[in-house]
Amino acid sequence: MARALINVPKQAKRGDVIEIKTLVSHPMETGYRRDSMGKAIPRDIINRFVCTYNGVEVFRADLFPAIAANPFLSFHTVATESGEIKLSWTGDDGNTQTETVNITVV
Amino acid sequence: MTEHLTTRRQFIVVTGGLIAAAGIPERGDAQSIGGNAARNEAAVARLEAAVRELVGESPVKAGRIKLDIPLLVENGNAVPLAVTVDSPMTEADHVKTIHIFNEKNPQPNVANFHLGPRAGRAHVTSRMRLADTQKVIAIAQFSDGSFWSDSVDVVVTLAACLED
Repeated sequence: MARALINVPKQAKRGDVIEIKTLVSHPMETGYRRDSMGKAIPRDIINRFVCTYNGVEVFRADLFPAIAANPFLSFHTVATESGEIKLSWTGDDGNTQTETVNITVV
Repeated sequence: MTEHLTTRRQFIVVTGGLIAAAGIPERGDAQSIGGNAARNEAAVARLEAAVRELVGESPVKAGRIKLDIPLLVENGNAVPLAVTVDSPMTEADHVKTIHIFNEKNPQPNVANFHLGPRAGRAHVTSRMRLADTQKVIAIAQFSDGSFWSDSVDVVVTLAACLED
């Protein structure tokens, strides 16, 4: 779907609060704009973002057209154990893009 | 010659002062008179309806949540916003959701963030669009069911959502 930039620390101490930053390239077309012929440009946005940590949901966002193009999100989670952090973006077309990063907790 | 210069200077000073005196305090009022009045009222009503739908009959108190957004925005297409909620984020006392609303974009909702005790810290940042000079509101729902809010009035010089 699109290129995603993800920033998660590779290593963290157990119990530390870590920051996860994500940016995905997407036009976030609002559905309120018109093209040069005056025809409405259909809405096409990412409406849902979910972050799971070893399968447990730690953060979720419902997004609306008021979110800027190339949606950027940053949030926090507690580094509980080594494993996978999975980030997925779901668009209006129903397609989901999932990216996985690994984290080592010492 | 000298007199001329003085008068011109005085003229500029006086008119500049008048413009400043007339322009700045009226900015807020000017938007609410004339053709914009009905639209403004509709926008405020819609915002209230959206907030009401979220909180129901519960009271929304000011505090515990801080919305950080620039007060003066040059480009409304990407406005950085940060929400920080004062909460220990434990199993017993944490922030469940953070909701961002606006007054004058085509839709009142901006984003809903769902958190939990696993978040560790209730701090979320993103970037939003602003179609006009308006108020942005953040509401946090705590695990005990209470709602807390913060709002910021943002002045936008170049609006988003208009034709490119």
